[in-house]
Amino acid sequence: MHRQTLFSRMVGGAARAAVIVGALAAATLAAQAEGKTLRFAFQGTLNALDPYSLNETFTLGMLGNVYEGLTKRDKDLKIIPGLAESWETIDPLHWRFHLRKNVTFSNGDAFNADDVLFSAERVRADGSDLKTRIPADSEWKKVDDYTVDVTLKTPNPILFAEWDTWYIMDKEWAEKEGATKPVSAKDTNPGPAAYKANGTGPFTIESHEPGVKTVFKRRDGYWGEKLIDTNLDGVVFTPIASDSTRVAALLSGDVDLIEPVPVQDVDRVNKDPNTAALTGPELRAIFLNMNQIRDELPTSNIKGKNPFKDPNVRKAFYQAIDIEAIDKRVMRGLATPIPLLIAPQLYSAPDLKRWPYDPEAAKKLLTDAGYPDGFTVGMDCPNDRYVNDEQICQAVVSMLAKIGVKVNLNAQPKAKYFAKVLAPGGYDNDFSLLGWTPSSFDSWNVFVSLATCRDATGKGGPFNLGGYCNPKVDELAKQIVVETDVDKRNQMVHDAYKILLDDTSHIPLHQQSLAWGKRKNLDIVQRSDDQVLFYWAKLN
Amino acid sequence: MTDAIRVKEEQPGVLSRILRSDLFYSFRRSPITVISAAVTLVLILAALFAPWIAPHDPFDPASLDIMNSLLPPQWTADGQAGFLLGTDDQGRDVLSTILYGMRISLAVGFASVVLAMALGVTLGLIAGYVGGITDTIIMRVADVQLTFPAILTALLIDGVARALAGPQAYEEIVVFVLVLSIGLSFWVQYARTVRGSVLVEANKEYVLAARLIGLRSSTIMFRHVLPNVVGPVLVIATINLALAIITEATLSFLGVGVPPTQPSLGTLIRIGNDYLFSGEWWVTIFPGITLAILALAVNLLGDWLRDALNPKLR
Repeated sequence: MHRQTLFSRMVGGAARAAVIVGALAAATLAAQAEGKTLRFAFQGTLNALDPYSLNETFTLGMLGNVYEGLTKRDKDLKIIPGLAESWETIDPLHWRFHLRKNVTFSNGDAFNADDVLFSAERVRADGSDLKTRIPADSEWKKVDDYTVDVTLKTPNPILFAEWDTWYIMDKEWAEKEGATKPVSAKDTNPGPAAYKANGTGPFTIESHEPGVKTVFKRRDGYWGEKLIDTNLDGVVFTPIASDSTRVAALLSGDVDLIEPVPVQDVDRVNKDPNTAALTGPELRAIFLNMNQIRDELPTSNIKGKNPFKDPNVRKAFYQAIDIEAIDKRVMRGLATPIPLLIAPQLYSAPDLKRWPYDPEAAKKLLTDAGYPDGFTVGMDCPNDRYVNDEQICQAVVSMLAKIGVKVNLNAQPKAKYFAKVLAPGGYDNDFSLLGWTPSSFDSWNVFVSLATCRDATGKGGPFNLGGYCNPKVDELAKQIVVETDVDKRNQMVHDAYKILLDDTSHIPLHQQSLAWGKRKNLDIVQRSDDQVLFYWAKLN
Repeated sequence: MTDAIRVKEEQPGVLSRILRSDLFYSFRRSPITVISAAVTLVLILAALFAPWIAPHDPFDPASLDIMNSLLPPQWTADGQAGFLLGTDDQGRDVLSTILYGMRISLAVGFASVVLAMALGVTLGLIAGYVGGITDTIIMRVADVQLTFPAILTALLIDGVARALAGPQAYEEIVVFVLVLSIGLSFWVQYARTVRGSVLVEANKEYVLAARLIGLRSSTIMFRHVLPNVVGPVLVIATINLALAIITEATLSFLGVGVPPTQPSLGTLIRIGNDYLFSGEWWVTIFPGITLAILALAVNLLGDWLRDALNPKLR
């Protein structure tokens, strides 16, 4: 009797499930009849749609389908004209931008100089996470409806290098929506514009439920049809946090595109006749920070002094880490060791090479520095930010154990990790792992973010977690940003990197690879800045 | 056994008393039970003596080599001698991590069962013996808790403890938190069973006699009533042991249990789960099989004990 009830219940459940599946299938068929919809799954969520809330690759990339900057970047990341048709330097301190005519926002409003001036104000306002996109002291003037003049206090040869992700907003729309001020990502009240978007780009956002689903629709009347190549009518974005669930969704055909594919599943995705993995170098450098600013490391058994202040100790750590082995095993070949704090595609020099992996030499350096038996130190590591970040840290722990250094690993989710090790947490880290992509694709960003002196509050190099400080690097950084002679500038960049390498300021590890998974019937461009751009996607 | 025999043998040893008991007879007659008992014993001993029998120490980072990571089991084509069941993503020997992981699983299982039993039996005794408003309060609390699945209660307690302690401190106390959360979610069954038995026992003559000679309530409860209701409690405890081990594994699988630095079986299964798609099945399958065997063996023992102690089934 009991079994029968159970059985009938199971049949009932199955019937109900069949109805749901049927309905889903019908919905999918209907969607296909209407046109081509790309289904995309990412590991994280898309939160507020305010384009100045969060300076993060994924968010900016998604919004880049809807919004546009004065400049754009093409498939090879070369800067091309965007909403600015052309520009000229009148003298090193004066720039003139000629704006594109006949451009409309998706609500129909015309694009003109007022929108640029408004956006230049808004991006520098409190709450904006993209304040560094334009110099704080620059002055913006409207010459006519389609000409804007920018006056700088100091010369800046890379002024517009990051403008492809400084998105121009519509002044009238923002005033109507009450969104004239940017809302910080930390703000618990997301503000009126958090779920709406109005850009000049080829897509619009039809609906947005953070953490659940975002629906993009293709719009009519986009000015740049020549620049794009897509047959999509819309995109449905869903976040899928679990690695294996995301891969399963791709393999079963529930989604057309996933990011990222876990490195261990790249083979599996490639073996399936219907799916393929798109891999390529990402412009992110992964490296380790060693805290040299503290007088004593709180997590260490060495009291009264900080071993990391000794360059030999830092070099010993460097030479004890077998990055080739990590890249081969943990990253399964999907990473390239790097000698500098920047991806080789952005800067490399033949004479700047990694210190060789040599545990014997490392042990000797440590002994010479006065630590023949090693010491103890705590390590902070994120576990959901970079590709296999926690596994990399674990491998580092076991490699350092071989030269007698006992590392206590504290791996935690990125929200907690960043809150602890970055400026708001008082840079509370002795030894930590970080990744960095210079958003201008230029070395100057690397120096001023990661390697110039800072004080305890973060004045100076804001992401210089180890507090490395060499006045020579600071001086070079100051000169690099104003130098307009390319050869001289390159020489100074080279000199700065040489100092960082000789001082073992950080331990550069590798450049990780992008790994997207797609159905075979999808063609999409994978740019090495990791932005997912739907306007170069085609479903066959 | 008659009194006559007992007189002749005068003071038989504990062992011979066990060997001649009905319980042991029924045990001997059931091959499945003998096998389950043997398996359970072997697993418990293996966990206890893990530091001596495990081929590697998985918690000594200096002994790990990343180049040994994700080696398949020894008998397969790419297997390597010394790693019988293969290695995980950090080059740890899977067999050794299972042995060490089982220690945590078993320790949490036993400790939480003891906690649940102590709590449930005490409350059940009080409810049944004292009765009245005390009984009502205790049993209504139990009823409310029964409406939640045990895993939910455990998750709730675990979550609160995590928030209160902070991540770093939490890792140090995690085993105790697990014991507490699992123990607190399993006490209801004991309380209800004991209360039921106490209601039956309380009216029996030996209890009345004990009352008449003026013994205190607590003495009567623990010295007189308890020994007579201990049978069903033992049965529940055995079955709950398997449940507790699985609950701990579930919590760890969900990522709220013990951290990867001191993995239990559940943590090992969770870590290995990430590698299932890529064909590195051994990282998750072997801890999974171990957990299944352990839970099955303990469950079969519990089943047998339940039947053996049930006079109606004899």
